[in-house]
Amino acid sequence: MLHGMSFSVSHGEALLVRGENGIGKTSLLRCISGLQAPKSGSIELSQTLAYAAHVDGIKGSLSVMENLQFWSHIYGGSNPKPALETYNLSDFAQRPAGNLSAGQKRRLGLARLLVTGAKLWVLDEPTVSLDAKNVLLFLRVLKDHLDGGGAAVLSSHIDLNIKMKAIDLINFKALKSDGNFEFMELLE
Amino acid sequence: MALTWKLSSYWDKFWHLANPKVFMGWSSRLLPIIIVMAAFCLSTGLIWGFFFTPDDARQGSTVKIIYLHVPAALVAINGYLLMFIGSLFWLIRRQHVSVLIAKATAPIGMAMTAIALLTGAIWGQPMWGTYWVWDPRLTSFFVLFLFYIGYIVLWSAIEDHDTAADLTSILALVGCGFALLSRYAVLFWSQGLHQGTTVTISDGVQQERISDVFFQPLLLSMAGFCLLFLALLLIGTRTELRARRLKMLELREQML
Amino acid sequence: MIKLFWRDVTLAVRSGGGFGLALIFFLIVVVLVPFAIGSDQIMLSKVAPGVLWLGALLACLLSLDRVFGLDFEDGTLDLLATSPIPLEGVYLAKVAAHWLTTGLPLTLAAPIYGLLFNLDFEVRQLLFLSLLFGTPALSLIGSFGSSLVLGVKRGGLLLSLLVLPLYIPTLIFGAQVARSAAIGQNFEVPLVLISIVSLITLAILPFAAAAALRINLR
Repeated sequence: MLHGMSFSVSHGEALLVRGENGIGKTSLLRCISGLQAPKSGSIELSQTLAYAAHVDGIKGSLSVMENLQFWSHIYGGSNPKPALETYNLSDFAQRPAGNLSAGQKRRLGLARLLVTGAKLWVLDEPTVSLDAKNVLLFLRVLKDHLDGGGAAVLSSHIDLNIKMKAIDLINFKALKSDGNFEFMELLE
Repeated sequence: MALTWKLSSYWDKFWHLANPKVFMGWSSRLLPIIIVMAAFCLSTGLIWGFFFTPDDARQGSTVKIIYLHVPAALVAINGYLLMFIGSLFWLIRRQHVSVLIAKATAPIGMAMTAIALLTGAIWGQPMWGTYWVWDPRLTSFFVLFLFYIGYIVLWSAIEDHDTAADLTSILALVGCGFALLSRYAVLFWSQGLHQGTTVTISDGVQQERISDVFFQPLLLSMAGFCLLFLALLLIGTRTELRARRLKMLELREQML
Repeated sequence: MIKLFWRDVTLAVRSGGGFGLALIFFLIVVVLVPFAIGSDQIMLSKVAPGVLWLGALLACLLSLDRVFGLDFEDGTLDLLATSPIPLEGVYLAKVAAHWLTTGLPLTLAAPIYGLLFNLDFEVRQLLFLSLLFGTPALSLIGSFGSSLVLGVKRGGLLLSLLVLPLYIPTLIFGAQVARSAAIGQNFEVPLVLISIVSLITLAILPFAAAAALRINLR
């Protein structure tokens, strides 16, 4: 259980959540995205958000393009092509997503964030299974997103070479039990 | 104004009783009384009914199984209703005691349904010449039995207590609707062999349908079954509460 | 929502596990019935409407755990829950897709399978009608069950245990419509009743299923 947390993220800001395995990073991010309810306290959001976690929700029998098109329609229909180009996936557009490698799938999952058009990204370990080159690519995309007035809350176990606020969950009285939060606030 | 104030204060007092600690307190004091009363009502009602009532002119001595059959059926149906109420209050008020009452009701209700079905079958053999007929009343009871099983199985399948409580409560609410729907569907499906309800307390004409000689011990054994149900329910709920406490303590120990 | 519906339909068609298997299962049940009951033609045509209804109902159960199960495992359900679509809408889209890939093929197949039992044209017509109005309820109830057992490992058997009792009213009215021609009753009343069951489930279950999904995603 996490106690006494209070933080806010506004436009152009990113917040990095750090901490040991099992301390509650994922639970915190799921609370922010509304999948869990905090035990007490409040989460205030002024924007639509896009959530991305360890598993990307990619359907293997749909093509890469179809996967992205689906999510762009759900979020109001932006063109998926630029997102594919950004993450160097254009060559695979018509391939079944099931044939992609783990890293490519991850990139497809991250490209999904771009087609949502959401201002706030909530990312749980976005760099897992990306190689060094693609981590840099992701950071560049993240920076563009922030420069364009977006915001992000993310957790990562590796250091990300980008200027952002960070909270270490170890600094709070962090007792893990059922993954709910005693008090938490997120203002955008 | 004064009335509303009074009502709301009773309402608060009522919920105060559902506080786990308070519940353990009053239930431990009440339990012996209920057990004694249940034992008295059941033994008197059943002995009176079995040995000191005349045989029915038409049905012979088999009629005496009524002293088990009717009370069990009564409790079985109202048990499901109680499960519905307990689940509803859990979803609204998040009182652990109310959902644990629902949880403790299920196995008792299921056993009562089974008793009603079995005694019915034993009664049916000499009366209708068959252990089982697909009569609406019998069939509805079988359906009720299935609903109890579904609820119990869902409880046992989910590990996390709160998740299980939430999901079984949703199932109980939806299931209650479907149980009613099934009841009317079954009525539509077949017109039955089972005699109509002979024990109606409210309309005051029961003398015409079932004579006093049978009715008085029956009433006593009905009270006995209700008290027995209440006693088992309190024991069950107390066990569930203790099990939950134990789990919490274990969890705390792990964390330290 | 419509996009989600089409995506589910596409997935079911491409993975091949959806409606193809249910239809084959249904056919096998139908073929097994004479072995159990005997080859007496009159007897068979008497029980056929009920047997066909029961077979369609059981075939409907087969694909239920996939309704939410697959999306839960690969994280899609998390993403859908955080998307602008309400979970009630997600449920309805998935029910519609399940019905189109399972309920509708079964409805179309039943009158054809009825030929194996020498059923009259009128009876087969009623069978089709009753399934057309009844299978939506089967999909709605089944998908609700699927949302309940999401977090349970190997929940398939549990799902059947929970869903089958809830299928009773639908089965009673549906089979009654199909049998009514044979037993000389009018079919309008049970047909109206089965439509009512479908409508009631449509009105209530989206909320119950969405609540169950939210609880399972916690």
